[in-house]
Parts: sequence; C-alpha cells; structure tokens
Amino acid sequence: MSATAEQTASVAELALAELPDAAKAEIAEIRKRYPTAQAALLPALHIAQRNFDGWLAEPVIAAVAAELGLPVSTVYGVVTFYDLYHLKPVGRHRIRVCNNLSCQLRGAEEILDAMRAELGVGEDEVTDDGRCSYVHFECLGSCDTAPMMMIDDDYHENLTPESAREIVRGLK
Amino acid sequence: MAFEKTLTQNVGNPDALTVAGYKKNGGYTALEAALKMEPDAITQAVKDSGLRGRGGAGFPAGMKWSFIPKIDKPKYLVCNADESEPGTFKDRLLMEYDPHQLIEGCAICCRAVGANTTYIYIRGEYTKAARILEDAIREAYQAGILGDSVMGSGWKLDMYVHMGAGAYICGEETGMLESLEGKRGQPRVKPPFPAVVGAFGCPTVINNVETLCNVPHILNRGAAWFKGIGTDERNTGPKLYAVSGHVERPGTYELPLGITFDELLEVCGGMYKGGTLKAFIPGGASAPILKASESHLKMDFDTLAKAGSMLGSAAVIVMDETTCMVRAASRLAKFFAHESCGQCTPCREGTNWMEIILHRIEAGHGHPNDADLLYSVSKNVGGNSLCALGDAAIGPVRSLVEKFRDEIEQHIREHACPVPVRRYFAAAA
Repeated sequence: MSATAEQTASVAELALAELPDAAKAEIAEIRKRYPTAQAALLPALHIAQRNFDGWLAEPVIAAVAAELGLPVSTVYGVVTFYDLYHLKPVGRHRIRVCNNLSCQLRGAEEILDAMRAELGVGEDEVTDDGRCSYVHFECLGSCDTAPMMMIDDDYHENLTPESAREIVRGLK
Repeated sequence: MAFEKTLTQNVGNPDALTVAGYKKNGGYTALEAALKMEPDAITQAVKDSGLRGRGGAGFPAGMKWSFIPKIDKPKYLVCNADESEPGTFKDRLLMEYDPHQLIEGCAICCRAVGANTTYIYIRGEYTKAARILEDAIREAYQAGILGDSVMGSGWKLDMYVHMGAGAYICGEETGMLESLEGKRGQPRVKPPFPAVVGAFGCPTVINNVETLCNVPHILNRGAAWFKGIGTDERNTGPKLYAVSGHVERPGTYELPLGITFDELLEVCGGMYKGGTLKAFIPGGASAPILKASESHLKMDFDTLAKAGSMLGSAAVIVMDETTCMVRAASRLAKFFAHESCGQCTPCREGTNWMEIILHRIEAGHGHPNDADLLYSVSKNVGGNSLCALGDAAIGPVRSLVEKFRDEIEQHIREHACPVPVRRYFAAAA
C-alpha cells in the first residue's frame, strides 16, 4: 500500500516526535530484511515504544509513519490492533498477570488481588509515582509454572501472592 | 515411561546454545546431508515419515512442502513461533533450549522447497526466546551455516526473527502473513493458499516450530524410525505434550504420539494434591472439553477427532472436581472474544455473545433457555468465518453444553455458582 500525496501531506501537518538517531539506524537496518518498507513496521513500533517511555503518543506514531513512508492512518490501525502497543502512558514497569485458564487453575486471581492491594490502583492505571501499571493478560505460554506474570521483558513464575508482592516492591 | 527423547534431548544442556555444542550431539549433520540430496528427495523423506503439523491442524508437512510451485519467484519459509494457544508452552522450550535444532530444521525445509529466506515469526511476549534465537542465528552466520554459501554449498539462505506484538490471531497462517507484512493480523480469504500466494505475494511454507524441529531427526534417522513411533501410520513420531492445570508436575513431556491421557497423567505425577479428575482439554483452548470418563483415549490426531475433540497443539489442561466448568468455559470464551480480529460478523459478534451469556450464567443471572441459546449462537459462528478462530471458539462452549448441561442448569436454577471459588494460597498474615 503506498501513500497518496494527500495522505503524505497530512503527515506533515501532524506534530512529529524526533526519533533518536540510534533508533533510526536500527529501523534502517531492519528494513533491509524485507522486500517492503511496511514489513518493518512492527519492529519499528517496538523500537519507537522503547525510546518513548513504553507507549506510542500520536507524534511518535506519525514519526514512525514518516520514517517508513507510510500513511499515519495505516500505522495507527496497526497500533490499535496489537496488545503490546500502548496508546496511553504506562508505568515505568509494565506488569502483565496471566489469568487464562491454566493460571486460573493454580491461583492467578489471587495474584491479581495481590497486585491490586500492593499497588493501590486499578488495572491499566499508573501508580502516582509512575513506577508501575498492571493488567491481566491472555496466556503467556508459561502454564507449567503457573501462576505467573511478566514484568517488562521478564517472566516471574510459580508465584504466590506474597512472592508477587515482594517482586513488585523491589522494582525501582 | 521409558522413551528416548529426541526433540528435547538438549533441554538442560546449555552447551547446545552454541554451534559447537549443538554439533556434539550430531547437530547440522542432517543439513549437510540435505545439501547433497535432490530437494524433492528431502520432501519425499518428510512425506514418508508421516510427519503431521504440530501447530494444531495436523496437516501432513511433506505434502505442504510439495505444494510450493517450481516457478521463478522468491519463496519463503515462515516459521510459526507465535505460540499463543492457551495452555501451550512447548515451542518456547524448544527455542530457549535448542535454537540450532530449529535453525537446522528451517534450513532443510528451505532447501527442499527452494526458499532463500526464513522469517521466524515469534510472539512479542517471547523476548527471551527471541534473544536466544537471534544469538544462535548470528553465530550460525559466523560459522557459515547461514548466509551466502550455506556450509560451503554456494546456496544462499537468510534467516530473521520477526517479533509479533500480542495478537493470538497472528498464529493463523494468513493472519501471520498479514502481520509479517506490517499490517493488522486479519486472516486472508483462501484460496489462494500461502503455498502459491503467501508472504509478499510469493510462494510460502508456514510450519510450526515443533514440526520443523522434527525434520533434522527424520533425515538423520530415517522415515522408518519416525513411523515406528506412534499409534498407526497416520499418527507418527515423537510428540511434545504441554500439561498444565491440576496435575502434580505440570510441564512439557516428550512421548510417543498416541499415548493415552491416563498414561500421560501418570507421567505428570497424577492429580494435583490428590484431587479427582473431572475434565480435561486435550489440545489447547480451541479443543472441545473431554470428561473424566474419556481419559482412556489415545492422544493422537485421529482418535481425538473421532471423540469430537482434537489434538490441536497437544496442550493438555487438567481440571479436578473443584473446577466450575461454567467458569472455566467462561474464561476461554472471554479469550476468544478478545482475540477475534473483528472482520467476520459471526465470529466478532458470536464470540462476544458467548462470553456475555456464560458470564451471566456464572454470575447467577442466567436466563432459563441460556443453554439452548449458547448452542444456537455457537451454530451460527461455526463454519461462518474466514479462518478457524470462530470454529475454535465454539469448541469449549459446545462441549460445555453437551457434556455439562446439568451444571449450567444448576447455575440458572439456583441463581448462583454452586462451586465455591477455590483459594490456592493461605491468606496473608
């Protein structure tokens, strides 16, 4: 799908975030793996999100669109489709508690209760100090070590409510 | 059960993460042999083995490869590492402990079908597995196993890890292709099938991680060895069973395809805390639920299909007598409603309604005809959407109505869930 002149013009009218040079270089390198620019979009959005506090504000989405020469609308459509891209601020640490069936059968709801008690906020809300946000999440593929949660890039397994709270207390 | 492990022989052996360590156990000898074979002979060997896809559908892998047309166009292998079926965690094990086994399997497949590029599409949450794979791929390039001249053969092969971003539907093969191309992961109309028009409009093979990991062993040990394992000639080879829920030792177990559920349960140390088996799901969230009385069944493709369920990804979720079946089905319905991509109305609306109805039954607000209503909604979802997600979503719901109708009616009659919510941990002091 190539951008029409009109769509490209709308990019220019949007506020654009400035992607760091290192992120641009990383995107350019990944771009070489594919026959189309759009194929680099998912990796590019991951890179952008890492560079902008873990979420994708509209100027960041526009910057990624400009970087790959795509319509902003296309990029926005992709961002809204996937669970790992965020359209609003998240905590410095993102906590995902699996509560699909296998984890539920080993006490996942009690882990979620523990998160609520420990952090004092509801799901998908950020603690006042900006430190954490948590959500329940679909199966993370670690059912043999249920209940479990993912914090940022790491899995924490065989949890108890107490061990889960301790792990969260240790987050900077 | 004494069974020689093949696919998981390197689990627990950190040496296998390096090329040298992997080679110590016979690694990359199958690729070396494949490079000297006629590509069609490789495909024939896989066909002869009877290897069926380990991702869920059970399609014969060799036959899939043979559908790739011999035309002058780029061809691709997309390895499906988007393991997202609830209850499934076997591919993560294969990638985290034995990345070179997968690289070798991918390379052999590419050689057979004439592809020069592999994309390993891995779910975005599997960051550790992705890092391990990327490190292994980098070392394979340095060792001349990947790149411009694979093992000095003059044949070129590139391999890349492509991370998804959290969407179950991208495990559906055409949803995966859309996602690989940087789009929303909404499945395509078939035909054309990916073998003809796949990634970037070119012929593409899509195989699951475990499927590809079997390939080097088939070349090394022969199709006859592979066929010697399993129930019959349609259900062959070693299989990874991922067992979770109410068992003493949840985990990934490599066993002959077609062991019975009872045998599998024994291997897992029996029921969690000595509970009594109530029900089990043999193949991930999409597979219809089976009752305790069906535990004698062989866990293979055809036996489970005949029993009205499916082997799927062989993700076995075990539930004891403390489990409320409405609650369990309600959780799975929530999953499918969340993951429906939304393009086909029957699936988008139907999964949503099945979640709503199950939720209200569990909450004690069920309507008198809700069991029939669930069944009727499921009939309008099944077979009426582009991909298999809708069909998958009705699996747990329909089997709930068929096999646990009395539990549904009790919820409705008593205006409450009759099963107390189980607490797994002592209350904190």
